[in-house]
Amino acid sequence: MATMKFMCDAERCIECNGCVTACKNANEVEWGIQRRRVVTLDDGEPSEVSISVACMHCDDAPCIAVCPTETLYQRDDGIVLHDKDLCIGCGYCLYACPFGAPQFPQQSAFGERGKMDKCTFCAGGPADSKEEEYAKYGANRIDEGKLPLCAEMCSTKALLAGDAQEIADIFRQRVVRRGHEDGGWSGNPRAEADSLAHDATRQG
Amino acid sequence: MSIAMRDPWRLVLSALLVALLLAAPGLGRQALAQATTPGAANPGQEAAFAVPAVDADTWRQIRAGETDANFRDSRADSTYNLINASGETWRQIRDRWVSPFGAIAILGMLAMILVFYLVVGRQRLDEPRTGRKLLRWPVLDRALHWSVASLFLLLGLTGLLLLYGKALLRPLFGDGAWAGLMIGTKTLHNYLGPLFAILLLLVLARFLRHNLPRRHDLAWLRQGGGMVGKGHPDAGFANAGEKLWYWLLASVGLVVVISGLVLDFPNVGQARDTMQWANVIHALGALGLTAVALGHIYIGTLGTEGALEGMTHGYVDESWARQHHNLWYEEVKGKTDQAAPEEAKDPSSAASRPPG
Repeated sequence: MATMKFMCDAERCIECNGCVTACKNANEVEWGIQRRRVVTLDDGEPSEVSISVACMHCDDAPCIAVCPTETLYQRDDGIVLHDKDLCIGCGYCLYACPFGAPQFPQQSAFGERGKMDKCTFCAGGPADSKEEEYAKYGANRIDEGKLPLCAEMCSTKALLAGDAQEIADIFRQRVVRRGHEDGGWSGNPRAEADSLAHDATRQG
Repeated sequence: MSIAMRDPWRLVLSALLVALLLAAPGLGRQALAQATTPGAANPGQEAAFAVPAVDADTWRQIRAGETDANFRDSRADSTYNLINASGETWRQIRDRWVSPFGAIAILGMLAMILVFYLVVGRQRLDEPRTGRKLLRWPVLDRALHWSVASLFLLLGLTGLLLLYGKALLRPLFGDGAWAGLMIGTKTLHNYLGPLFAILLLLVLARFLRHNLPRRHDLAWLRQGGGMVGKGHPDAGFANAGEKLWYWLLASVGLVVVISGLVLDFPNVGQARDTMQWANVIHALGALGLTAVALGHIYIGTLGTEGALEGMTHGYVDESWARQHHNLWYEEVKGKTDQAAPEEAKDPSSAASRPPG
């Protein structure tokens, strides 16, 4: 079975926020909730990069581990979904998530949290009917054989969604063409000054 | 400025000319490169145009949770970094250390109490009851005690459900009943918490005068409250064990209350990292207090003959008072010898007795 993943190619992301808008549009999420966000590092400097972030559908998801009610669960294809009927609004998933994916409507008194909402990889969630599913979780594009709308609408194809193996292959090809030892994710001490200008073809 | 105002078109044209001149060598290079490798991207060329990537120091900052002035997040009011490593740390602390600690503390305490009860048994009155009663806890004290006690039990049970319910009870429930139980649990816990905070402060203030440390408390502790050595050590109105429980509530209890309030009201701008630590402190303190409370409950009910009636009816038997709180007994007797007996003086005593 496929394992579904997102991957954002930081060298391609142009910070257009199209993914954010597409997500909002596809899922009609509540006011104040934004399932996807774009983070820009070194904004305005030559080294500026942008990365689109939402739920990364972790293999060993911290949110699932700390949820007191089993609101969060992982499907066989790796997509992490949430059951709004079980959510008690304790906020533990928000404490645990490294990517800031879980969000809570906080319109009630004393900032009491409502039902958690997060990216579903456009795979909806548990509900009795299609209408209920759409109202609670937004689109279920996976059921229709489509990929998440954020990735589908990405203008530079920076944001990739799909089977981990396939998107890894695409990214690998890009890296080979670009000629960077480390891909978009530097930090390898062998990589010369972590520079994207590193030329793999001239590697002795 | 004035030239531009008079003749804006000339300015635009000259700017275009400058831009064209600057761009021309670049355009030329690009055309040349495309001519040499038609239809395919040239790795060398793409690399040559690429800018230096974010360096290792930036990634270190991200891992450490630091953001600089040039960090942007497109989400409104986002307090997130790109990656928030503290979440995983919190998860490991909670699931690997706090949960097992709580289970060990509470189950261990239950086991110790059981073993103690089976080996030592109930602490009986040394002398038969005299039938003469002393007023120990006035009705306000008892009302405060039982309010705090019942809230403590409710908060303890709901807290335990939040931490262990998924592992212990989840398999027994269907989705509907489980959802209802847990929503009720969280609502009770979050709404009763602030009430407990107020009542705890009241009870601490009210009982403070009984719990100031005295020299004889050390001897009481050395003798383990009378379990070590011969005879019963001296104790005033409260013995050293009760005082320890009081000061535990006055220290750890307040820490649990404050950390609980931090978690309960997420709308005052506290950061997620603050709430992670508040959660760990809250859980550790509350689990520890729950374990000690089990000891307090045992000693106050099953463990000591004649102790519970003081907190239910307000009155204790004289022989109980002489055995467990000899200094207080002497103090009260010293006063009442000159005055009328305590029981006759208090008209509420008859009403607070249980029927029969």
